Amino acid sequence: MAEIILQNIIKRFGDLVAVNDLTLYIKDREFLVLLGPSGCGKTTTLRCISGLEIVDEGKILIDGKDVTTIRASHRDIAFVFQLYALYPILTAYNNIAFPLKAQKYDKEKIREEVNKVAELLQIKHVLHKKPKELSGGDMQKVALGRAIVRRPKAFLLDEPIGTLDAKFREEMRIELKKLCIDIGATTVYVTHDQVEAMSMGDRIAIMNMGVLQQIGTPYEIYTKPENLFIANFIGSPGMNFINCEPSRDSNGKLVLKLLSDNMYISITNKLQNTLLSKIYEDKKLVLGIRPEDVTFSMRKEKNYLDVKVYVIEETGSYNIVDVSLGVEKIKVRTIPTIKPDIGEAAFVGFDMERISIFDKETGNSII
Amino acid sequence: MKQSVSKKKNIVHFLLIFLICIITFVYLIPLFFIVHTSFKPWVHIRDYPPKILFKPTITSYIRIFTSRTPLPPGRAFSEEEVFNMKWYERLIYKDTNEEIVRKGDFPRRYLNSIIVVIGSTLTTIIIGTLAAYGFSRGKLKGKDDWLFFILTTRMLPPVVVVIPVFLMFRALNLTDTHIGLILLYTAFNVSFAVWVMKGFIDEIPIEYEEAAMVDGYTRFQVFRKIVVPQATTGIAATSVFCFIYAWNEYAFAFILSRKYAQTVPAWLPYQMGVLGYDWGAAAGGTFLFLLPAMIFTIILRKHLVRGITFGAIRK
Repeated sequence: MAEIILQNIIKRFGDLVAVNDLTLYIKDREFLVLLGPSGCGKTTTLRCISGLEIVDEGKILIDGKDVTTIRASHRDIAFVFQLYALYPILTAYNNIAFPLKAQKYDKEKIREEVNKVAELLQIKHVLHKKPKELSGGDMQKVALGRAIVRRPKAFLLDEPIGTLDAKFREEMRIELKKLCIDIGATTVYVTHDQVEAMSMGDRIAIMNMGVLQQIGTPYEIYTKPENLFIANFIGSPGMNFINCEPSRDSNGKLVLKLLSDNMYISITNKLQNTLLSKIYEDKKLVLGIRPEDVTFSMRKEKNYLDVKVYVIEETGSYNIVDVSLGVEKIKVRTIPTIKPDIGEAAFVGFDMERISIFDKETGNSII
Repeated sequence: MKQSVSKKKNIVHFLLIFLICIITFVYLIPLFFIVHTSFKPWVHIRDYPPKILFKPTITSYIRIFTSRTPLPPGRAFSEEEVFNMKWYERLIYKDTNEEIVRKGDFPRRYLNSIIVVIGSTLTTIIIGTLAAYGFSRGKLKGKDDWLFFILTTRMLPPVVVVIPVFLMFRALNLTDTHIGLILLYTAFNVSFAVWVMKGFIDEIPIEYEEAAMVDGYTRFQVFRKIVVPQATTGIAATSVFCFIYAWNEYAFAFILSRKYAQTVPAWLPYQMGVLGYDWGAAAGGTFLFLLPAMIFTIILRKHLVRGITFGAIRK
């Protein structure tokens, strides 16, 4: 097992820059998730680590060794493909044994290793079958088996459970995570599904348009998104955004003026100081707040804003109440028993400790 | 209602089968005629209208395998001599009044055909598959132009280049050699093989190869263990076409081979005997000549059905 270091890697396809100046440090035994919308360069990054693509610029180190120009077959890593890529002509057993045969293990040793892996993945009963006779879940397990049988330095997984149906995906998510903890392997996991990313990753690296946006633990990413893209991408539903700008109230204190309806909300002293020290007094800002950090109320309280109920989405365990705040819409997460009428006047309060402030121009977080 | 639909379907089905039978029958008439003629006794071969029913004999087959000379007029073998003859000598004597001098050239020509066909088909498949793999997976500048360039070699009717090829072969001492014909047929078939094989290899998802490469296999091992087994259908289809082309090729074989390396198609038409053109021997030889192509195609027919659709079926 090993740490993986990417130093300023750039990968181009013609004019398209698929991965732009990416620097990543993946710790030994870490489960890192590469997350991003399709076409963001996450799979290309994975392929660069594996050696299936050679980077145009930058360096890749695995276990301290510079592997930038080394071929995939000599990097000692395992790759699990989205569509499994099980060899259709070979049985499940031979599929798992395939990497061992490349290393010229003797037959007895191969059988021993394959059986060990099959037991771990509970697929002993399907070893004699060909891939097309296997269920989606078993195919996935065989593909995983093929990856772990060799005990490589690192696992690279490219949306390995993306094609399974939703219910089964939940199950496999848990098993996969458990498996990776058990083997203690450095794992890089690519997905576009944020739930998968949040629930599985030790850390998450979010990419967009070939550029790394933020790297951090799921909690950091969720609570302290570094820019509007991440704030919107993570969370379901995403963060609410409200255009605002700093202003002074009658006492001369710094407050935020919501542009939609000329409403003012007071902010914490800490935030006031931050805005002042970073000279943001005259700039346009975006206030971001998660739906669960908004309080919904039918009574006006201090620092609450007037809203109108627009629509209600029920999910069973909670409700999402969409309200219009002037011309802007925000989503409020409430307990399932709150069911106001559509068009009803109501009030929302923001948990000011948990808001995010972004520079509207650059999209970057200020606090 | 349902019944009438299925009835209609049955009728269409029946008509289709009937049509196929007619077409097959039309196509098989020449073949039937060849086989029919090959079993006719000498005296009936030139009958017009042709005799349909007769006592079949294999003397035509004996004639294609032997060289004979007619007995001089007035000369006849005594009964004892006839009794001591080998069975085939007796058959020939009774049929055409000839004496067998020596074994004929047919087996030698047949062997030539087999050597040339196997040699050229193997080389074509090996070169074609490797090249197709390169074209399919490689990042070659102007790939489409190269492919088109390869295809242009098929745009010329081969007969047009017979004379230049003859001159080149003479200069290189390749005339009347197996190698010469193998090279020539390979050259003509390889473009076809590249195009067909490229289609098949394009259909194999590249992930299989990438998975194998990550698993520690070299590019060539990947080609051998992953690509070739999955391209067997294409290889089978391509070999059948190459086999049939090389097996039947006449013009080049006729010009470029004389004695040593002459193939069956170049030799078969020359069945002129002292008694006139030997249609029976020609028919017998033709039938024996058709057999390998038939057997080869039948063996590979399972792959052919998929192969001829050239990957039209998607998994």
